[in-house]
Amino acid sequence: MSALWVAIVAVTVANVAIKAAGPILAGGRELPPRVNAVIALLTPALLTALVVTETFGEDGHLALDERALGVGVAAVALALRAPVLLAVVLAALVTALARLLG
Amino acid sequence: MRNEVGRGSEGYLAGMRAGLPFALVVGVVAISFGVLAHTLGWGVFAPIVFSAITFSVAAQFAVAAILGSGGGVFAAIAAAVLLNARFLPMGIAVAPFLEGGPLRRALEGQTILTTSWALASRGGGRFDRAFMIGATVPQYVAWTVGTAVGVLSHVVVGDVERLGLDVIFPAFFIALLMRELRSGGKRTIAATVIAAALSAVLVPIAPPGVPVLAACGAALLGLKERSS
Repeated sequence: MSALWVAIVAVTVANVAIKAAGPILAGGRELPPRVNAVIALLTPALLTALVVTETFGEDGHLALDERALGVGVAAVALALRAPVLLAVVLAALVTALARLLG
Repeated sequence: MRNEVGRGSEGYLAGMRAGLPFALVVGVVAISFGVLAHTLGWGVFAPIVFSAITFSVAAQFAVAAILGSGGGVFAAIAAAVLLNARFLPMGIAVAPFLEGGPLRRALEGQTILTTSWALASRGGGRFDRAFMIGATVPQYVAWTVGTAVGVLSHVVVGDVERLGLDVIFPAFFIALLMRELRSGGKRTIAATVIAAALSAVLVPIAPPGVPVLAACGAALLGLKERSS
């Protein structure tokens, strides 16, 4: 079996196991309130990390580039109660424009 | 904690509609993955099977980057697994809202994608399972079909970065984060600050995937919940 197929099979098996683990372990039962409180905080923690890594992460270092401008404009629009769709479109537009001019 | 929203087929259909715009972007990225796989000499069958059974954009690009630059297969697997490690905390977060026994929940868990998971979040840590499953369907089709189109045509269509489409993901995530912050209390704000600091500090020193996983440690603030 070639290296590629070894990678395909291994990554797929790992992926299925990772995605199955949470639902098996944390689902289908009543959990203590403290555990539920931790689980509820996973969502803002994950969203924060996704925003940070996808806005500022660039090949293993932090970068302040056109993405930060676009996401920053979206954040301001959202703070002014703009609809989500408008904010997301604004982010793409501003980023594309900044890249065009930059 | 039971989800009252999205019962019946409307939840799935609404999720599918919500997943469509992301599916368009995923399709364009998939074509470029197919073209990349072709230039790496992966043939036609392997890349399409890879997309169909793994369905993981970041992990598959990591495998392509590492194997393509002469890296070892174990390095490629390790990088892909680290990138996908985020599905563990995401799976824990949606777990209380999935249905049925362990096997059924494990199967429903396979539909977790970062975008679908985010689309299905309803604030305050609640999730709409039917919406998540529905949102994954068009993205799965786009990723698999797009890979096949790229492998067979060898033609890149559209430049996701030039069109600024790469930022629709963090922009969408920040919208959901702001909703969490509005509906949550001081603890949500504290968890957000800690998660931001952890992920920012780790980006330059840890392999990709680790910053997101480690940031989940901020959720341990929930242990301060009084048992009542």
